[in-house]
Amino acid sequence: MAKKRESPDNPSRWRGPGKTMIRLKVNGREHELLVEPRRTLLDALRVDLGLTGTKRGCNEGTCGACTVLVESRPIYACMALAIDYDGKSIETIESLEKNGQLHPIQKAFIKEDALQCGFCTPGQIMAVKSLLDRKPNPTPAEIQEFMAGNLCRCGAYPKIVRAVLHAAQLISEGA
Amino acid sequence: MSKVIQTKTEFEGRFHEELIVVEGEGLSPWPEGITLAYVGQRVPRLDGAERVSGRAVYTADVQLPGMLWGKFLRSPYPHARIKKIDVQKAEKIPGVWLVLTYENIPKIPFYGGQTFLLDKTIRFAGEEVACVIADNEERAEDAREEISVEYEPLPFVLQPEEALNPGAPQIHPAGNLVRGGPDVYERGNIDRGFTGAEVMVEEVFKTSTALHNAMETHGSVALWEGDQLVIWDSTQHIFGVRAQAAQLLDISLNKVRVIKQYMGGGFGSKNSMGRYTLLAALGAKMTGRPVKILLDRHEENLAAGNRPASVQYLKIGARRDGTLTAIHLRAYTAAGAYILIPPAVGGPVRQLYSCPHVKTEQYAVFTNTGPLSAFRGPGYVEGTFALESAMDELAQKLSMDPLDLRLRNYTEINQITGQPYSTKGLREAYERGAREMGWAQRSKEEKGSKRKGFGMASQIWGGSGGPPAYAWVKINPDGSAVVLSGTQDLGTGTKTVLAQIAAEELGIPMDKISVQIGDTQINPYAPISAGSMTLPSVGPAVRTAAYDAKRQLLDIAAQVLQVPGEGLEIQNGSLQSPKLQQPVLLKDMLANLRNFMIVGRGARSPNPEGVHVNTFGAQFVELEVDVETGEVNIIKFIAVHDSGRVINPLTISSQIEGGVIQGLGFGLIERRVVDRKTGVVLNANLEDYRMPTIQDAPEIISQMVDRPDLRANNLGSKGVGEPPIIPTAAAVANAIADSLKVRIRELPITREKVLKALVNRNL
Repeated sequence: MAKKRESPDNPSRWRGPGKTMIRLKVNGREHELLVEPRRTLLDALRVDLGLTGTKRGCNEGTCGACTVLVESRPIYACMALAIDYDGKSIETIESLEKNGQLHPIQKAFIKEDALQCGFCTPGQIMAVKSLLDRKPNPTPAEIQEFMAGNLCRCGAYPKIVRAVLHAAQLISEGA
Repeated sequence: MSKVIQTKTEFEGRFHEELIVVEGEGLSPWPEGITLAYVGQRVPRLDGAERVSGRAVYTADVQLPGMLWGKFLRSPYPHARIKKIDVQKAEKIPGVWLVLTYENIPKIPFYGGQTFLLDKTIRFAGEEVACVIADNEERAEDAREEISVEYEPLPFVLQPEEALNPGAPQIHPAGNLVRGGPDVYERGNIDRGFTGAEVMVEEVFKTSTALHNAMETHGSVALWEGDQLVIWDSTQHIFGVRAQAAQLLDISLNKVRVIKQYMGGGFGSKNSMGRYTLLAALGAKMTGRPVKILLDRHEENLAAGNRPASVQYLKIGARRDGTLTAIHLRAYTAAGAYILIPPAVGGPVRQLYSCPHVKTEQYAVFTNTGPLSAFRGPGYVEGTFALESAMDELAQKLSMDPLDLRLRNYTEINQITGQPYSTKGLREAYERGAREMGWAQRSKEEKGSKRKGFGMASQIWGGSGGPPAYAWVKINPDGSAVVLSGTQDLGTGTKTVLAQIAAEELGIPMDKISVQIGDTQINPYAPISAGSMTLPSVGPAVRTAAYDAKRQLLDIAAQVLQVPGEGLEIQNGSLQSPKLQQPVLLKDMLANLRNFMIVGRGARSPNPEGVHVNTFGAQFVELEVDVETGEVNIIKFIAVHDSGRVINPLTISSQIEGGVIQGLGFGLIERRVVDRKTGVVLNANLEDYRMPTIQDAPEIISQMVDRPDLRANNLGSKGVGEPPIIPTAAAVANAIADSLKVRIRELPITREKVLKALVNRNL
């Protein structure tokens, strides 16, 4: 049971320790944010920075729609407090497109139709990026194992596997 | 010329007579067997780049200047009367604007008058009690905890059959049986039919409550621009939300604008307006600020709809040669606390096979659980599981091959009306599926603890679409075109297929065509995106509008270029005619006219008289069951469907695969669990409510019969959204029964059920 708060006449009870200044390096650009300690990294990205490409599907670490990369490692942004990432470098889906050119993973997702509604897609793609950064030529079984934390209710799964294989090929060709 | 006609429309297994207005010229479908430039091609999604780059703004992403957040307080009790709500403490918190309760908002009837927008009586655990409007989401959540509610808990009932017992707690004044009686269909005389039967199967089949869990939860943002209400809504029917909001808020239709650009799935759960929509609108009115209400994942699983559990008493009689003589189905489904449309569980029994004596009785029963909503193939998924399982049991009793039994009872005639189908590709689907699976040569092998099994099942569904649906096509001065229609793209690829259709008719390449949908103030009317009807309703209207625009364009071009209209045509964005020395780019011709704009109008023509337009399919599965762990592993899955002409082979295969994967979830793992003691949902999250992950998804071979239905509409296409989920669980259940030599008649077939069935078999 959550501890019952005292009377709202005492504002410190619900204000917590107050807002804190943090620095996040998002997609290569440094930002200063004033956030409550309870602000998740997901909401800091979406609400404070307006980067709504990262999606909120469950807000409790069960769907993977909010996957972003911190120092190149994938995390669920909804399970991270923004204040814990002060000074860290974060990559979101918005970082992949360069000068109007989609990233090979994005191109592969479109070509293989590895998305339907697209709501889980930014999270899927960031997870794929982390996979391919570490393992440029994964097997279908490795892809399935790595991607098991990203749900897709439309069921694009078979095509996601194909898109990852295709993306690996595009990247190795230097596309 | 506008014409008013009376027509029969079909929606999710039910037929309605309607007066509709049609306009524009009737076009014949493109003939069979010719290759078209855009239609039938593997065209990648038109809006793929937006969706993969994070640029697509979904309703959940809408953030307006000054926007406030609304958050619900929900009931912990499944049935209760609210004696007192105290919101004073909550409203004192800085940043809190107000708390909406039944005491301070108008008494607006909701769920067809079964309750109010906010009510004193609570009928399911998780029902909306109050809504806090605050500066931001966290503050609204803080304030929610400061609301104190005094409840008087009432006795509750969770199971449909228990709810019909005398003395069961009454959920609504008119009793727990929805509409006061079962929905009964009867043809012939089942007593006579069963008397004539030589073999019978009589069993009870059960399915569990499944939750949609579209990745984007339900939500709305409401803004008042003067006296115009603007609603961004994650909905399958923008015009439906407009009509409901206007009616319930008593404002005229022109004052409500509903917008939905990108949508993160719906699967039927977003068919009608939610309480959140109207409360956001009221909150925005009362505060003078835009208000956003977005359900969280738990709320989604408590109050945003479900595929209700079913209990089906099914009896089938047949002669020794396999000919069906009678089928009787009595089905119970839990409506939950409120209901709009009961699921047609009896649909497959009524239509799938030739049978002279059939009776279906469908009981939808109010229970103190979250209200049901349509879920992809509502009723038919559950009904097909029972019927197709029983057909396999019958085949076993008759020592017939399951496929032969189905072919024995094949029919080209709709069994309800006696009218023929416009086209029926089920026989071809059976043949292709069987060939691909090697059905005739299938052999069982045992490897260690693994037992192999094969199964199949059939699918029938509507999916004809129909009027009213309208589209406009605008031709710009540079020869590019914009297609407008008030339809929705749930993630099915609506925009892409509409662009293909327009490109084909106009002779203008795809990259010069944009599609603008999802705005009631800009677009002409289009129907709900449900019942597999978007493409077959809106697509033909787009083609007609494109044809109208092209005719105007050619008429003008003939005058500008001073050539006869006859022989003048558009190909690949250029005007061509034997009288022209060389092709003239549309934009060069239009440059003579400066800012002239062509607007073509189109409407969906009525469905053909005297025939039924349906979709069909067959699915085959090879799997193995581990008799030590109960684990089911799909080895091969084949889905062959007939939905008429395929507009886009790439996106249609995505629909098929996605439907099958959802069907596998329904058949093997998905089940909402409600605590019998408290009436509380125990797994309203994605950790405990298991959905298929990428590791649960097998490779799926999907094939389309791809024969244009020349009588259906001017495309020859039918819907495909729902068909692929319909037979999946049945095919899997049949394969598991084949593997284990014991039948499991309750979904989902979890490992636990497999192991229990094995224990019982061996006793």
